[in-house]
Amino acid sequence: MNVIFVLVVASLLVALGFLAAFLWAVKSGQFEDGYTPSVRMLFEDRKKSKQQNTIDNQQEREHDDAK
Amino acid sequence: MPEPTVTQKTPHLESEAPVCFHCGEECSDHDILLDGKHFCCMGCKTVYDLLSSKEMCTYYDLSENSPGISPRSDDGSVKYGYLDDPDIIRQITDFKDGATLRATFSIPSMHCASCIWLLENLHDLQPGVRASRVDFLKKQLTVTWDEEQLSLRMLVEVLATIGYEPQIRLEDIQRGTEKKTQKSLIMRVGVAGFAFGNIMLLSFPEYLATNGDVEAFLRTLFRWLNLILAIPVVFYSAQPYWSSAFKGLRAKTVNLDVPITLGVSALFGWSLYEVLSGIGPGYFDSLAGLIFLLLVGRVFQEKTYAAFSFERDYSSYFPLSATLLEGTGREKSVPVTQLKPGSRIVVRNQELIPADSVLINGTGSIDYGFVTGESDPMLKASGDLIYAGGRQVGPAIELEVVEEVSRSHLVRLWNQDAFTQDREGRYTALANRISKYFTAAILLLATGAFALWAPHGIGTAVKVFTAVLIVACPCALALATPFTLGTAMRLLGRFGFYLKNAEVVERLAAIGTIAFDKTGTLTAAGSSQAEWEGEALSERERSLVRSVVRHSTHPLSVKIHTQLAEEPLMDTGQVEEVPGHGLLGEIEEHVVRIGSAPWVGADADHPVALQSDGTSQSVAWVSIDGEVLGRFRVSNLIRPGLEEVIHDLREEHDLVLISGDTDRDRTTLEPLFGREALHFQQSPHDKLAFIEQRQANDDHVLMVGDGLNDAGALRAASVGIAVTEDVTSFSPACDALLDAESLRRMRKILTFSQRAVRVIAACFALSFAYNLVGLTFAAAGKLSPLVSAILMPLSSITIVIVATGLTTLVARTTLGKPEAGR
Repeated sequence: MNVIFVLVVASLLVALGFLAAFLWAVKSGQFEDGYTPSVRMLFEDRKKSKQQNTIDNQQEREHDDAK
Repeated sequence: MPEPTVTQKTPHLESEAPVCFHCGEECSDHDILLDGKHFCCMGCKTVYDLLSSKEMCTYYDLSENSPGISPRSDDGSVKYGYLDDPDIIRQITDFKDGATLRATFSIPSMHCASCIWLLENLHDLQPGVRASRVDFLKKQLTVTWDEEQLSLRMLVEVLATIGYEPQIRLEDIQRGTEKKTQKSLIMRVGVAGFAFGNIMLLSFPEYLATNGDVEAFLRTLFRWLNLILAIPVVFYSAQPYWSSAFKGLRAKTVNLDVPITLGVSALFGWSLYEVLSGIGPGYFDSLAGLIFLLLVGRVFQEKTYAAFSFERDYSSYFPLSATLLEGTGREKSVPVTQLKPGSRIVVRNQELIPADSVLINGTGSIDYGFVTGESDPMLKASGDLIYAGGRQVGPAIELEVVEEVSRSHLVRLWNQDAFTQDREGRYTALANRISKYFTAAILLLATGAFALWAPHGIGTAVKVFTAVLIVACPCALALATPFTLGTAMRLLGRFGFYLKNAEVVERLAAIGTIAFDKTGTLTAAGSSQAEWEGEALSERERSLVRSVVRHSTHPLSVKIHTQLAEEPLMDTGQVEEVPGHGLLGEIEEHVVRIGSAPWVGADADHPVALQSDGTSQSVAWVSIDGEVLGRFRVSNLIRPGLEEVIHDLREEHDLVLISGDTDRDRTTLEPLFGREALHFQQSPHDKLAFIEQRQANDDHVLMVGDGLNDAGALRAASVGIAVTEDVTSFSPACDALLDAESLRRMRKILTFSQRAVRVIAACFALSFAYNLVGLTFAAAGKLSPLVSAILMPLSSITIVIVATGLTTLVARTTLGKPEAGR
């Protein structure tokens, strides 16, 4: 039955870890604005999308060349 | 919270005219083309040009409609000069490290996803900006920038250029504490929830096992772990209840937190005793669950409208800066606090007079509507004293300051005690009113049970005594109010009625008298119409008039211009404005005169002049080529739909009107309010005194007002509602902000709050029923941890469900459906 002892301690430690993570998140202000991040995540990164475009263009050109 | 909405401007699809690519407005007279796109003005074109040169046109792709805001064409270079002042910079910035500065701006004009995108990509637009972050619900932008590359003034100017002019007010800077309490409350909930879950898990063996199933060692271990887990719950999470109960007792009142803490201490004390002496597991699970739910209720109630301010005073109404005229004739923008008697200042059209001053140059046409309720601008000539707080309407004027800002007439008025006194404590919430009797009843019952069981041994008697205290803990009672009122507050927000806190709903339900202000409240500041009196004008004459008044910023001209907005404009040759008299225009060989009777040459016996009187300022005569055609008369119009509402409200409430204006609208208002209820020419002090006198007679007064002149009355009343056309603009300190559009729902709102209070009463009844069941268990000495662990959360959760569900249902039947887009 000693394994229960180990399990209880382990589960408490895991729970404590989550509590610490939660407290850190509150302290760092993650609960202050519940709306803006939902819009922000939809924005594409401008720089990346530009690079992506040039890569796409290159691939297209290569594709055309191959033809 | 307001529902997070991304509002979009509706494009004028029905019109043929091209629509501005930037702001979506109709391009009326001067259509500007660039890259094959239409723009309504140079401002919009400049913004587009700037964004396209930085390859930032994604801005236009993120919203379906044109997202832009037409930038104001003010002369920014002078306007923001005061931002160079090191004192101001220090006050505005939140943080400084070397050359890195951070500041938070309030930007009311942000409204859509495009705005967020553009403001958060500010670093691409303006070198020197390190990072920027938007808080959309609070309409705030936090910018971190490099001071060596970019000054605060340049940053603000850039924001203003692209249409996001920050609202800089000193009051915005002192706001940290509110945030902190909300944060610590969430942390308390987190700790309580964590302990609650783990204690529940560790208690399961106790619930399910019969004696002998669980090893003695493990049983003791679990109990001790529960005890350890419960300590932070009682001493950290429940801390607000302890301090509130002590505060209440010290003030010799018994608030609802007193019986709660009584129950909590009984629970904790008894459980501690059981575990320490090894006789039982205690009630730690019930304890943690109870505190967790109570705190959740608190979070629910304490959500507030972060974007609005309910505590503004005169200082946030005044501008931060004034345009100082230096000896050399150069203009310089300085903070208003630096104005000294003798300083020369310039006040432009639509700007506020920052300090009591004497008019030196120009004609003052000062609108004191917001300060006194007087709706007509006052005309001032050179040498006249002008009090601070008025708004200049018309060409720029030059003033000499006679009194520092802090010593001006208006500020001194508002610093008087009557306006700053606290109203707290005048109304006790229903829950606190009954808690006195409740606490007494529990104590009586517990002692009774103790006496009854005492013959069976003191140990059992103590156990029963604590069991009664535990079960009677008014947890469900304490949950009913926050969940009902919190839900009510949220629902009202969807109808354009924003409360300062949830408690206001309860106070609204008790209202007896409703006092209205007139200007800006019953009448919309901009809704008055210009009525034509005289022979009907031909189409050509109408467009002649419009073409002339277009050149003037006088409020009458503006009204006539909007009235005639349909008419085509003509090329104007010359228009001359003589302040105090009128306009003279020459168009296509016609001479048009608009203004006072002598200016156009109308005699006192002109047929139109004999029709009715009317003050000289609210009429404009028109003559074309020397022939007097008639006059425009401007009357303040009551907001649409209000007559019906007032009629409805009179059935149950006493209505009065207290206006700072003259009684010229008496004839329109008398049928609505009745003769006795109209009070005109009331100074801010009269209004305050009126409300106080009514309140002293045990009447609960609801004051509905809008301006600074109502500030005292709004504070003195049981509930003060500030009506505003734009919820982000200035409004005096109040309990609730009401969107002017929603004024016609007043009756429904009052009915709804009355019913919400009835929901609370129903929840109270329900929770008493639960308590009764629990008490029979407790008094019989049969309250096992299992019964308690089931009964307590069950009662709490049903109360939460009933409170929110019933309130939503009541809202649907009384308020109807909110309009789309809210």
